Amino acid sequence: MKLKQLSLFLENKPARLKTPCKALADAGINILTLSLADTQQFGILRLLVEDWEKGKRVLEEAGCVVNVTEVVAVEVEDRPGGLASLLDVIEQAGINIEYMYAFTFGRGDKAVMIFRFDAPDAAIEALQQSGINPVQSVTLYERSR
Amino acid sequence: MMAQHTGGSGRRFHPLSAPDFLPRGKLELLQLYRLQETVHRAYANVAFYREQMDKLGVRPEDIHSMDDIRRLPMTVKTDLRDNYPFGLFASPMREVVRLHASSGTTGKPTVVAYTREDVEVWTEVMVRSFVSCGLHEGDIIQNAYGYGLFTGGLGAHYGAEALGATVIPISGGNTDRQIMVLQDFGVTAICCTPSYFVHIIERARELGVDIRSLPLRAGVFGAEPWTEAVRKHVEENANIKAYDIYGLSEIIGPGVAIECEQQDGLHLFEDHFYPEIISPETGEPLPDGEEGELVLTTLSKRAMPLLRYRTRDITRIIPEPCPCGRTIRRIRRIGRRSDDMFIIRGVNVYPSQVEAALLEVEGTLPHYQIILTRSKGLDEMEVQVEVTPNFFSDRVSELENLRNAIARAIEHTIGIRAKISLVEPHTIERSMGKAKRVFDKREG
Repeated sequence: MKLKQLSLFLENKPARLKTPCKALADAGINILTLSLADTQQFGILRLLVEDWEKGKRVLEEAGCVVNVTEVVAVEVEDRPGGLASLLDVIEQAGINIEYMYAFTFGRGDKAVMIFRFDAPDAAIEALQQSGINPVQSVTLYERSR
Repeated sequence: MMAQHTGGSGRRFHPLSAPDFLPRGKLELLQLYRLQETVHRAYANVAFYREQMDKLGVRPEDIHSMDDIRRLPMTVKTDLRDNYPFGLFASPMREVVRLHASSGTTGKPTVVAYTREDVEVWTEVMVRSFVSCGLHEGDIIQNAYGYGLFTGGLGAHYGAEALGATVIPISGGNTDRQIMVLQDFGVTAICCTPSYFVHIIERARELGVDIRSLPLRAGVFGAEPWTEAVRKHVEENANIKAYDIYGLSEIIGPGVAIECEQQDGLHLFEDHFYPEIISPETGEPLPDGEEGELVLTTLSKRAMPLLRYRTRDITRIIPEPCPCGRTIRRIRRIGRRSDDMFIIRGVNVYPSQVEAALLEVEGTLPHYQIILTRSKGLDEMEVQVEVTPNFFSDRVSELENLRNAIARAIEHTIGIRAKISLVEPHTIERSMGKAKRVFDKREG
């Protein structure tokens, strides 16, 4: 149910994004989606790649500091209120969202939200009890092809 | 205070300044007499010196001339730490009327002690310093050196009072209030670090205050190295004469050496502090005029006499007589130090102190470097720390907390708030051998 996400430390300077992206490209690794959290001084690049272990190795070889974190992917209806009803469930369960980001596959009527919860297992349980099934890793990458 | 008179040249003299003008022969006799007394005192009362001298096979009676000083053991900063807190005192505590302390590399400060006589000597050299800068009875002196364990505040305070000046013990900080006092109290002289005064000038400009139009006419600036460019800037922008004062708490505090009206080298009060210049590498004495490390022996300190203390400050003795008429010799302005200690806002900082703070926060020592810059006249310290997998978190808040924790730990150790920058691994240059940790980009 949980996905492995790679997080990279970046300085907030021009051209810093290029190194990790090029390293992944050279290794033939496709980035499913990414998100960048930035502060005035530094940034954190978060990536989803199918073969996260290989991705981690490649990035580390390129000199990056990589952290593996567990996130949860949930499909939401791509319409007004789609996300709000999902957030209701999380809120009711008293779970904190540390961050989230969204992407679509470019077809269909659903978007995928990636969440980092402070208590991912409890979040998954709460979602399932409300009839929402987080997207499995395999499904996610299959659908992206 | 004692009466003053104006000399034929229009210059004012002060009775306490008389030793500045002693004939060399008499001065050297006085130095020898005081050296012998100091060595006897150290040998009799300080176990550390007794052991060191016994090891070298030298006894107090062996000092027959000033050249014999070379037979004495040297003292280094770590000796003060190793004997923390009171191990080097030559006076019983009941005779010690004052303790000061400076920051140390291991978190333990260096403690220095003064008897009543020591405070009097300190006051005397500060009076002589102020006189050398053209200050006199009736001056209004704003003392913006920090008051406290740091020797700057109280040293300048006692000297200014004894001079017969009016002292404003404002201490450091609160720049707007400093400017208000400069404007409203008829201040004629200010004491602070040169970088702080540059900051005062900048701030005054922002507030629309023209320092040049105020009665202020002299600044006594010290506790950190500064350059001719800063002097020029300060003198032009504040319409004052800016004088360099040198001192170190181990020897007495401010008042070891001071510029005169010539502003060409600092007269060292060598009737109380005997200077030698040595090669920092070999420790061998160098002749007058050659550049090397300044070594000082206290000649009249009672509570804590120091023999041949290595200051780590690089300078040279100017043997030629000064046009001002003082016979005490001058040293060149201190431009650098022989170790990697640096001075920021008047505070001595060692990279090892920053290391200790990083270790405390992270548990391991990351690659780091210290970058010193000057912004609006105020020294800034940036510590760049390489992110390692150990402490890299996916959460922005955790990284920000880490930065704050490092900043707090550094502030706790050295009392200075540093800017902490997290940088990517391998972005800090690795060097062969001893790492260059400090990049001093302060200019002018």
